[in-house]
Amino acid sequence: MAVLIFSDKANLALELLTAAEAIGEKAKILVINDDEQAEILAHAGAEVYKINNNNDVVLADTAQIAAVVKEAACKLGADIVLLSSNRRGKELAGRLAQKMGAGCLTDVSSMEINGGRIECKRNALGGATVATQYINTDKKVIAVAPRSFAPYAGSGGKVEELALDLPAAAVKVLEVKAKETDTVDIAAADKLVAVGQGLNSKEDLPMIEELAKKIGAEVACSKPLATDKKWLPEERVIGLSGKICKPELAILLGISGQVQFTVGIRDAKVIVAINTDENANINAMADYILTADLHEAVKEMNKLLG
Amino acid sequence: MNVVVAMKQIPDLQQIRIKNRQPVFDDVPLTFGTIDKNALEAGVMLKENNLAEKVIVLAAGSEDLEDTVKEALAAGGDEAFLIVGDDLNGAESSIIAQVLAAGVKKIDDVGLLLLGEGSGDNYSGQVGSRIAEILGWPQVGYAGAIKLEGNKAIVTRVLEDAEEVVEVALPAVITVVSGINEPRIPSVTQILKAGKKPKEVIEEDELDGINKEALITTVSNLAPESDRKRIVVKNVAELVDKLRSENMI
Ligand SMILES: Cc1cc2nc3c(=O)[nH]c(=O)nc-3n(C[C@H](O)[C@H](O)[C@H](O)COP(=O)(O)OP(=O)(O)OC[C@H]3O[C@@H](n4cnc5c(N)ncnc54)[C@H](O)[C@@H]3O)c2cc1C
Ligand SMILES: Nc1ncnc2c1ncn2[C@@H]1O[C@H](COP(=O)(O)O)[C@@H](O)[C@H]1O
Repeated sequence: MAVLIFSDKANLALELLTAAEAIGEKAKILVINDDEQAEILAHAGAEVYKINNNNDVVLADTAQIAAVVKEAACKLGADIVLLSSNRRGKELAGRLAQKMGAGCLTDVSSMEINGGRIECKRNALGGATVATQYINTDKKVIAVAPRSFAPYAGSGGKVEELALDLPAAAVKVLEVKAKETDTVDIAAADKLVAVGQGLNSKEDLPMIEELAKKIGAEVACSKPLATDKKWLPEERVIGLSGKICKPELAILLGISGQVQFTVGIRDAKVIVAINTDENANINAMADYILTADLHEAVKEMNKLLG
Repeated sequence: MNVVVAMKQIPDLQQIRIKNRQPVFDDVPLTFGTIDKNALEAGVMLKENNLAEKVIVLAAGSEDLEDTVKEALAAGGDEAFLIVGDDLNGAESSIIAQVLAAGVKKIDDVGLLLLGEGSGDNYSGQVGSRIAEILGWPQVGYAGAIKLEGNKAIVTRVLEDAEEVVEVALPAVITVVSGINEPRIPSVTQILKAGKKPKEVIEEDELDGINKEALITTVSNLAPESDRKRIVVKNVAELVDKLRSENMI
């Protein structure tokens, strides 16, 4: 049951090494055109196979990368491929699985061996339920959700070069625009103040930030606030397509509580919901419920907290 | 050149009730996934800019599709191509991908296949990638913008830490993110007209060579247990007191 790991991000590849350990395997890692990643991973104890400086490989060409990963898995005798379930990894997963004749699970948040099978957990029905599933086929592609496993920390790895026959790339990259990086990781925060579409305008954000600062929290949001309104960066989104957060305290302001959001916050220790609608879904999963206008409530809280 | 938009019929997730941790689907209406509506809107916009001839909605599911699809035809789809079968609602990605790829092959002059980055219920993001592999087409996932120039698509792929602008030759498979557009709400006249738009409905078993082997086994699918206090507080002062007494603030 040899395992091959591939991710475009070194930190996620390290998480996958830990994931492989959880199913009792010491995995090999494929690194494409990235000496820095190869070095980081070898330093952490990984057995790295590197396709080097081959400018014909284009990370943006999912079809080509799928061909490369399949070929590498074949050469290294791996039946199981672990990918990261970030956007690149998730896009790759389906194509690679189809190429390998493999069953595939994406957004997997935990894996364990049970009766000789690799049982995987992933959210289903938009996050309303958690499904436990396993892959029937010998060949398996599993994309693991970021931050589901701790990064691997070992030592004494090595880097070997791997030569492969590659198909030509069919995707041309015209431009790459780096996004402004957000230094805040809401998934690691102890406390969160999250705002949703109940917020009137972008001009009301400072008082939310003030409240967060007063209680030592980070500001997070529901998806529409980032993707539609663009008031906050996408890294601040809680939920199915955002981040799964497990803070001690979450204060949720003007958020209705649709399943794709709640799946990202249901493991918080204490949840406060402030919403004008006393029947909002979010109230069903809150510890403290205040039916009020969030703007008024936040102003008052800021005052009370001095 | 025609644009095909794959849309998945799913239960309205807000109306699913949980009983003994099991989801209950009785009387839950069917609808299309919200990101699939973004994919449709992207296709309709290409047509409105004279870059595509027709927008064809492609869906695989139960017979209810004939009704559900009206929603998409009202919102700008020109025609529907429906593949119906009793076990297609909720069928796994590998089977749906084969069925949809077979459907694409039956449609004339397809230049672009658009999908959502993830379906509303399963959200596995596999179907688009699997179809691209079956058809041997290039793909770009997570599109936040699509431009067509001749026989090429210029697509902005939105990643977590960057946006990359790429060029692919048509035909291609593109999946979209919800931020790409704001789907239109159809007017009453459009809804009335939708019923008269052309629909081709075929049975799943009219398609050859579909391998229906299950690649995945589901052991259980349960709502997580939750026991929240659900204390209603009267005002901010009371809330602050409670949080202080729990040493939360
Ligand atoms: C595949 C998929 C993935 C998704 N992933 C995510 C995800 O990761 N994260 C996410 O958040 N969403 C996600 N969504 C979207 C999700 O379905 C909801 O649309 C979204 O969570 C709603 O955000 P909201 O609660 O802020 O807005 P709304 O649903 O519009 O709710 C606004 C709330 O504010 C209240 N309100 C209004 N005015 C006030 C006021 N003055 N004071 C107090 N309360 C007020 C209203 O009563 C209402 O409850 C996803 C959807 C799909 C289909
Ligand atoms: N049964 C289906 N019929 C039509 N399109 C589908 C179907 N299932 C999935 N899709 C499309 O594939 C996308 C990704 O689905 P999934 O792989 O399930 O996340 C969806 O957003 C739809 O565009």
